Amino acid sequence: MPEMTLLAAINDALNIAMAKDERVVMLGEDIGKKGGVFGATAGLHEKYGDLRVMDTPLSENGILGTAVGMGLYGLRPVPEIQFLDFIYPGFDQIVSEMAKFRYRSGGEYPCPCVVRSPSGGGIKGGHYHSQSAESYFIHTPGLRVVMPSTPRDAKGMLLASIFQDDPVIFLEPKALYRHAKEEVESGYFEVELGKARLVKAGDAVTLVSWGSMVVTCEQAVAKAAEKGVSVELIDLRSLLPWDTDAVMASVKKTGRLVIAQEAPRTLGFASEIAATAAEKAIDSLRAPIARVSGFDTPFPYTLEHVYKPDAQRILNAIDYVARYD
Amino acid sequence: MAEMLQVLDAATKAAKLPLGLTPDDCKTMYRAMLATRLFDQRGMNLQRQGRIGFCVPSMGQEASQIGTAFAAPKDDWIYPSYRTHSIAILRGVPFRTLIDQLYGNATDIVKGRQMPNHFSLRQWNLVSISSPIGTQISQAAGTARAIQIRGEQKAVWTYFGDGGTSEGEFHCGMNFAGVWKAPCIFVCENNQWAISVPVRQQTASESFAAKAIAYGMPGVKVDGNDVLAVYQAAKEARERAIAGGGPTLIETFTFRQGPHSSSDDPKRYQPPEMLETWKKKDPIARFQAFLEKKKLWTPEWEKALTDEITADLAKAVDAAEQTPAPAVDTMFDDVYATLPPHLVEQREAVRQQIRTSGAIQDTGGKFPL
Ligand SMILES: Cc1ncc(C[n+]2csc(CCOP(=O)(O)OP(=O)(O)O)c2C)c(N)n1
Ligand SMILES: [Mg+2]
Repeated sequence: MPEMTLLAAINDALNIAMAKDERVVMLGEDIGKKGGVFGATAGLHEKYGDLRVMDTPLSENGILGTAVGMGLYGLRPVPEIQFLDFIYPGFDQIVSEMAKFRYRSGGEYPCPCVVRSPSGGGIKGGHYHSQSAESYFIHTPGLRVVMPSTPRDAKGMLLASIFQDDPVIFLEPKALYRHAKEEVESGYFEVELGKARLVKAGDAVTLVSWGSMVVTCEQAVAKAAEKGVSVELIDLRSLLPWDTDAVMASVKKTGRLVIAQEAPRTLGFASEIAATAAEKAIDSLRAPIARVSGFDTPFPYTLEHVYKPDAQRILNAIDYVARYD
Repeated sequence: MAEMLQVLDAATKAAKLPLGLTPDDCKTMYRAMLATRLFDQRGMNLQRQGRIGFCVPSMGQEASQIGTAFAAPKDDWIYPSYRTHSIAILRGVPFRTLIDQLYGNATDIVKGRQMPNHFSLRQWNLVSISSPIGTQISQAAGTARAIQIRGEQKAVWTYFGDGGTSEGEFHCGMNFAGVWKAPCIFVCENNQWAISVPVRQQTASESFAAKAIAYGMPGVKVDGNDVLAVYQAAKEARERAIAGGGPTLIETFTFRQGPHSSSDDPKRYQPPEMLETWKKKDPIARFQAFLEKKKLWTPEWEKALTDEITADLAKAVDAAEQTPAPAVDTMFDDVYATLPPHLVEQREAVRQQIRTSGAIQDTGGKFPL
């Protein structure tokens, strides 16, 4: 099996999808000759041409609105929004249109569309190239929201997203684009949407995360192990719908829950997970639930490392929850 | 082809300086253009050396920017784009102030919160710059309306690129300003590229200036590498705005001689002849030839200017580099007018972590990887 970065895995999935099904088309800014600002679409314009890999005018509103029209008509559009921070001019097309078409038409007009976008910090991009905006989309019925953190998941979940019929917000943790590497099967395969990934089994504390924070969590888990605390780490990878069964089973086993997210604290997805644990597993909880998160400030430039939870911050939360009596 | 306003060639042959410009005016413009070029070269070097994280050069667009901004008295508000630091230089912002922002250090006006080139310079009536393309366009129309409401004799200027015209903001800003006849001057710098996307993929219109017609305002296409033509268009637009004649769209036809930013490589998408052709039309070289004809430029003056600017830049870089990062606590300031309880709590949590676990390590990160 070839070793791939997360970026290469996405490129591979796009290539496979386009070769397999001519309904798959891509549109976005700089995705053609330049191959995307990160290189996710490198080589695809050359291979599939102007009609299937479209550099559009600079308008997210236009990209998403036209993608909706393509999806309704039976294509499988995969628009790219260059940075998630730039999606807002097209927000209306996502929340009012893409997400609602199936429902408002009584099922007549499904709107398949996979909106790919790099998300999160880690590249010294200041607040307009770093935000974790998943909550806005998770709050929108009708959308699926996913965020893989490994190359294999990125490939399998992207293929699964393209070849199912609901709109998907496919968030790519840009900090891991070149840093996450592993062996990935060649050819077509899917990773089921809606299922969490068990990163490491443990019995003292459940730690739930997603996106690039999973890698930071792994560092914290290793440090906790040195102190004799066995942490079970779950990579949620699908945020809507999410794998409540897997998380609740783990919480019932450990009785202690820490959730780590990069997004701001208030109304971040961690809050939903905590609320669900309070509803479904309160009898098993032996300590307060701890949320580790970005702060309720805009994402800073110079102090990015202070803003983003580091392994120490997560470890402190694990320590607190593990020791709580 | 839409007609394109040009002035330099005719003005070179004429006996007098055009447009009521004095020798000092011409020298001020030239100095700002040269300073911008040197600032950009230094910025790109600092980025290549890993001393700053990111850089957006304006090479090739100096005339387009200085020609327009020179027509704006200093109390006219300007909504800049990320590529128009030349305007700050023209308005007299010290290099130190600009370079502190590139470093995002403790003396940076924006307190290290934004990427390089995203200045906020209120003292000079330059509005804080955003990354999302086009947002300043409708804001400028709103400020122009505010000026009307207050009955003031000022104009508002906003800068954006050819790509920026594709965002809905362009439509909103132009439409509102047109309906209100607001004193707003829209400067579309058509440098022919939006990162890798060429202008013919941005619009099917024969020019950007032509778009003004649909909004009920004049649109002027000027040779953006001809600083005098740009100045003429800008001066006329401002006179009209002040006289109650409403907004104007100015398209400056120019070329981005450098990469989009320090993370871009135009060789991936741009035919190499294009740069060669446009280097020959370099706006600084063209203005210099004009000034020389008018006996306002000598190699000695050029050298003295270059030495002075280079030394000033070096001093500013040294000082900025020796300035530490903003204090951790500052991250929580300015989210609101006063710190609300939940941020007090979050700030305390950071302080607590630093007390118990030590300083938080900067793990770096590279834009855009
Ligand atoms: C809303 C939004 N979408 C995408 C981007 C990414 N981006 C930054 S600059 C740029 C191209 C801008 O081109 P243009 O408007 O012509 O200005 P220029 O850079 O040429 O000065 C793009 C796509 C952004 N900053 N904001
Ligand atoms: Mg441009």
